[in-house]
Amino acid sequence: MSVYENVFTQVQIRPTSPEEGVGDSSHQRERIGGTTFSYLLGFIGNAKIGPVYLGTLGVFSLISGFFAFEIIGLNMLASVHWNPIQFVRQLPWLALEPPKAEYGLKILPPLAEGGWWLIAGFFLTVSVLLWWVRMYRRATTLGLGTHAAWAFASAIWLYLVLGFIRPLLMGHWSEAVPFGIFPHLDWTAAFSLRYGNLFYNPFHMLSIAFLYGSALLFAMHGATILSVGRYGGEREVEQILYRGTASERAALFWRWTMGFNATMESIHRWAWWFAVLTPLTGGIGILLTGTVVDNWYLWGVQHGIAPSYPHVFPPIVDPAVSGAPQ
Amino acid sequence: MKNIVLIFAGVAAVLLTAAMLLTAGWTSPPIQTVQGGFRGLSIGQLSTKESRHVLQLANTLPDPIDPAEAGGKKATDVYKNVQVLTDLTEAQFNRVMLGLAAWVGGEQGCNYCHNPENLAEDKPYTKIVSRSMLKMTRHINKDWSHVIKSGVTCYTCHRGNPVPANIWFKGAPPKSGGFAATNDGFGHPNAFNGSTGLGEDPFSGYLDAKEPIRVQSTQALPVNFGSSIQDATRSYGLMMSLSTSLGVNCTFCHNSRAFSSWEQASPQRVTAWHGIQMVRDLNINYMNPLLAQWPPNRLGPTGDGPKINCATCHQGASKPLLGVSLAKDWPELGGGAAH
Repeated sequence: MSVYENVFTQVQIRPTSPEEGVGDSSHQRERIGGTTFSYLLGFIGNAKIGPVYLGTLGVFSLISGFFAFEIIGLNMLASVHWNPIQFVRQLPWLALEPPKAEYGLKILPPLAEGGWWLIAGFFLTVSVLLWWVRMYRRATTLGLGTHAAWAFASAIWLYLVLGFIRPLLMGHWSEAVPFGIFPHLDWTAAFSLRYGNLFYNPFHMLSIAFLYGSALLFAMHGATILSVGRYGGEREVEQILYRGTASERAALFWRWTMGFNATMESIHRWAWWFAVLTPLTGGIGILLTGTVVDNWYLWGVQHGIAPSYPHVFPPIVDPAVSGAPQ
Repeated sequence: MKNIVLIFAGVAAVLLTAAMLLTAGWTSPPIQTVQGGFRGLSIGQLSTKESRHVLQLANTLPDPIDPAEAGGKKATDVYKNVQVLTDLTEAQFNRVMLGLAAWVGGEQGCNYCHNPENLAEDKPYTKIVSRSMLKMTRHINKDWSHVIKSGVTCYTCHRGNPVPANIWFKGAPPKSGGFAATNDGFGHPNAFNGSTGLGEDPFSGYLDAKEPIRVQSTQALPVNFGSSIQDATRSYGLMMSLSTSLGVNCTFCHNSRAFSSWEQASPQRVTAWHGIQMVRDLNINYMNPLLAQWPPNRLGPTGDGPKINCATCHQGASKPLLGVSLAKDWPELGGGAAH
């Protein structure tokens, strides 16, 4: 007797001729490759691979992204004097930094002093925006809603605030984020240090709540659907209208444990909004930093959100102010 | 096929786990936390049995040298060309020379700084440097509150080596040639910046000049464009080097919720502030003026001389030599700690 397994999909669908998908023949010529099957990928998803639709937007997005990738990578390689071993060894630390503060918003400072950063940023932005249009158009072509595109737009908003909109408002490209694995994290820490602790930024708080909330909701929803898989609970969209025992059991489980349950429809709105609001609120928080608030901790003190604690150290004063002797 | 995949995945998992466990750099528990702040806030300092043991080994003390007998002739009456230790007696002078040979001379002993044929000659160059270093030691002991409780001797930094283990030079020019991005020296981990990408040379400007270190604004709302992110990153790099040099967390000095706040900081922050001022004084007034003396092999990649940072004395301990005062036994080297 076959058993419903919901850790790995044990049954792989492999028809004699693959389903070609929707779309008329005019789309066929823009499809790269046909459809094939992958046994290994079948373990974790659909064994069917392709067809891939690339199209003009996809091609230009990839080319533009490749330019950005090359500019960043080659500058990093140059920074270790083209030494491949050091490149691999130091890769997580290697950077492509934005122009220094003295260049302000100069469109093209010397290449060695931030020019490459601006060019890489331009191509990366073009690439991301083209990919967004491509996502939007693929969705409408298939007759879908554009939810994925708008969720992606929320991430693009945060990206643009960090690298473009806020630097414009501050009047300095130097405020933007460097490219690099640790360098962009170092930027995050330095940004918080410079602007007096981002934890006191209410929009940062919201973003964190939505981020962790997204992870929690994802785990709850995944667990719920897997746990009612034995009753056909994975047919979620159908069960929005025809609830059936899987849906009822899942709902009852959450009412038993926390008194309330989302519905088969609303859980997906919860998830979508939590995900979308993470970069949306985060971007607002970044946008306000330095432009309207310069020290979030002091702002937090003024607005009563930063508690004070009893002193455990003997009181000290700033020696630079008190004119303390050597 | 499925079994092969599973076996392959299992072998890969075992190998990766083994590689992870056997890679150097792990800190073995238990980690001891000493809480410094109000309850619930930690503001803790971390250490392990191993880290305390390593620190203990790294801070062994030199063999003591018997105090000089009182009285006797002045050193200047016995030796030629005495310029700094002019206030000492012959016995005191000889005692300092014995100390120097043990603390600084290395394998060469006296001959590291003296021509054995003619001890009074101002050669090799190390003789001139050591004169300046003796002045510096006395200046530190006499004038700097940073060392008031322990004082310093040559051993505090040198530990038996002719050149102290922890010195710094201005960072090398970027390796990227032509029009490739220089990145202002960011993005390359080393021992100075605590293995971060926060600038290859976290000291230039801060410790050999008086560039401002503070980057946080002192009011909630912006007035003008203050410190740049790069300034903040450089300052952060300097602080990482301090943290590494002293073997402490940020919270040894700061309350990390408001790094700039003095009212919430620990008293160590005042000590550290004076320490930074002291290092600046020593580099500007003692190390930089020695530039003409150094032979080429003692110069940095940009042709500057060796300089002092916090690690030069501290060497991983929040109190150099774990707080043991050598200077109290060395009135010859001056300072309030001698009394």
